[in-house]
Amino acid sequence: MFEIKNLKASLEDEDKQILKGMDLKINPGEVHAIMGPNGSGKSTMSYVAAGKSGYVVDEGEVLLDGADLLDMEPDERAAAGLFLAFQYPVEIPGVGNMTFLRTAVNSQRKMRGEEELNAAQFLKIVRAKAKSLKIDADMLKRPVNVGFSGGEKKRNEILQMAMLEPKMCILDETDSGLDVDAMKLVSEGVNALRDGKRSFLVITHYQRLLDHIKPDVVHIMADGKIIKSGGPELALEVENNGYADLLNEVA
Amino acid sequence: MGEAKFDNPTEALLARHSAPRKGSDWAEATRHAARERTLGMGAAGRRDEYWRYTNPTALNAAEAPDVEIMQLEEVPVFDGVEKLLVTFVDGVYAPEQSDDLSGEGLEISTLEEALSADIHWASDVFGVLEGNGQSPVKRPFAALNTALAGQGVVIRATGKVSKPVALRYCRENTTSDAVLHHVVRVESGADLNILENGAGASRLNTVMEVDVAKGGTFHHLRAQGRDHARLAATAIFARLGAESHFKSFTLTVNGVLTRNEVVIDINGDDTKASVAGACLGDGDFLHDDTIFITHDAVNCESRQVFKKVLKNGATGVFQGKILVQPDAQKTDGYQISQGLLLDDDSNFLAKPELEIYADDVACSHGSTCGAVDENSLFYLMSRGVPRAEAQNMMIIAFLDEAIQEIEDEVLADDIRARLSGWAERHKT
Ligand SMILES: Nc1ncnc2c1ncn2[C@@H]1O[C@H](COP(=O)(O)OP(=O)(O)OP(=O)(O)O)[C@@H](O)[C@H]1O
Ligand SMILES: [Mg+2]
Repeated sequence: MFEIKNLKASLEDEDKQILKGMDLKINPGEVHAIMGPNGSGKSTMSYVAAGKSGYVVDEGEVLLDGADLLDMEPDERAAAGLFLAFQYPVEIPGVGNMTFLRTAVNSQRKMRGEEELNAAQFLKIVRAKAKSLKIDADMLKRPVNVGFSGGEKKRNEILQMAMLEPKMCILDETDSGLDVDAMKLVSEGVNALRDGKRSFLVITHYQRLLDHIKPDVVHIMADGKIIKSGGPELALEVENNGYADLLNEVA
Repeated sequence: MGEAKFDNPTEALLARHSAPRKGSDWAEATRHAARERTLGMGAAGRRDEYWRYTNPTALNAAEAPDVEIMQLEEVPVFDGVEKLLVTFVDGVYAPEQSDDLSGEGLEISTLEEALSADIHWASDVFGVLEGNGQSPVKRPFAALNTALAGQGVVIRATGKVSKPVALRYCRENTTSDAVLHHVVRVESGADLNILENGAGASRLNTVMEVDVAKGGTFHHLRAQGRDHARLAATAIFARLGAESHFKSFTLTVNGVLTRNEVVIDINGDDTKASVAGACLGDGDFLHDDTIFITHDAVNCESRQVFKKVLKNGATGVFQGKILVQPDAQKTDGYQISQGLLLDDDSNFLAKPELEIYADDVACSHGSTCGAVDENSLFYLMSRGVPRAEAQNMMIIAFLDEAIQEIEDEVLADDIRARLSGWAERHKT
């Protein structure tokens, strides 16, 4: 189970609080969606959960199966089962996609005391998964995200997720920049990972993605907090009416 | 050998080494001229324009330092490659540890042998390219080398040389002070690879003169050993004819003081030259690349790609010049020098220079210095890669542009493995 409890976090360099008491609870196997106006703190929440530097946690907890993620280094959080698909995946010239992926998979295995995959085993798995996401061999050979189109970067995030088999996946606007077909592909990739235990938190601005990845719960985030939670119909309401009414309700 | 005996510190330098075995007349004349050159220019000093960042005191000192010999457990560099092995121990040719000096497509002999011949092609190269390379910037250690060197190899490539010539520099004496001088001529259409490996001495002074004729190809790959306290002053002088290709890459890990100079004269049209280096220094480490490339022909390309990873107070120096003479139209010059500082104590000092007298040229140069990118580091870590390993991936990535200058993929991978090994041993 993934839990965020009364999370308050500020920017390290400025005296500015972004997250102002966020609460969230996702049971194993559930898919939750977060929607919310630009700048409401959705990406910040995912960064703080994943352990990016530059933020100070003022209060609160982030727990994955009871373990406090905030005490851990980002790599330990990953090994504990957290995965963040970035809104803006980072390009890293000089680091090969395959090398990176294999190092990541094996680092996590090592940290968990599992046996590492050898090159042949790894290659076999990655090829199969890449194929289902229509990522060609050439893309795997290139440096991490370098020269990838926006949509290719997002598919690469999903490939990483599929390889790492996390317990809890946060997808930060994975749908943005995807064409209709890629959106289907990515959704299928995500749905293929739904096994009744793995949980997902999908950050999106559009109902469209939620047609493919059906959420159990939809949350609306504004000004650093969840202001309303509900069923899938909440996403439709946002799609049709925007945020104005919802924001007025709480104001 | 106290310095006090000499009024002139340069004389002290010249008296530091015992005289090489006497050669034939032309060789002795060349040595004599080099001796005069050395005296004329004086010893390198901090006031010299190209010694501002690097203190030459230890290179000028009467005695070489006492340097522990590093015992390596790893597979030696270039081990898997088929090669013609020539070994020098503390700067002295060791025939019993070398292959026969012969091979397909080349003539090879010791410097001693070549300089004792009455007539030898090397007389057009030995001390000549070094001498030409003394202006406009003086290079005292190279002149000293020509005056004093008794050891080295002389290689003439006449065709496609099947195996690289591997110069291996071993150490047995902890205070050796060695001078090596190699003379290379690549004849028209010939193709030669030279590998150099090892620290070679407590203090090593090497000069390699490389004369490449029309359409010749010369590739050079060097690893300067791993011994920590060793000193090195090296210089490569190249004269490149039309349509020739020249590539030189140097890997430097450790070494308290390294000055690598490369002086290239591009004399013939449609020529390509590349000089590159990757260095990794932790702590007491100063590495200096001083490059001077002169374009004096049409439609030539030159590249300088230097990357330095520095930590715990290590210093990297890059002084790189591209000089484009008035007639050298269509010159394509590229120069990049970058320092990756792993902490606030380390330094990267760069002096890129462009001097262009032709109007139809494309020259680009850039120099940067910075820390490991935090966003990239976080991205790698968020996938489960521990910080130290993620940082090492970033280090290897940073160096890769320089490694890519190496043409042979097998050799490039060998160098990559050395970089990874160093990064692993020095990880934080
Ligand atoms: N490093 C930073 N420096 C300055 N401001 C920041 C930084 N990180 C976040 N912010 C600010 O915090 C607020 C929340 O940003 P965040 O990226 O979390 O929003 P978001 O909900 O993901 O928005 P979007 O829907 O546009 O992706 C914004 O006002 C943003 O400008
Ligand atoms: Mg965002």
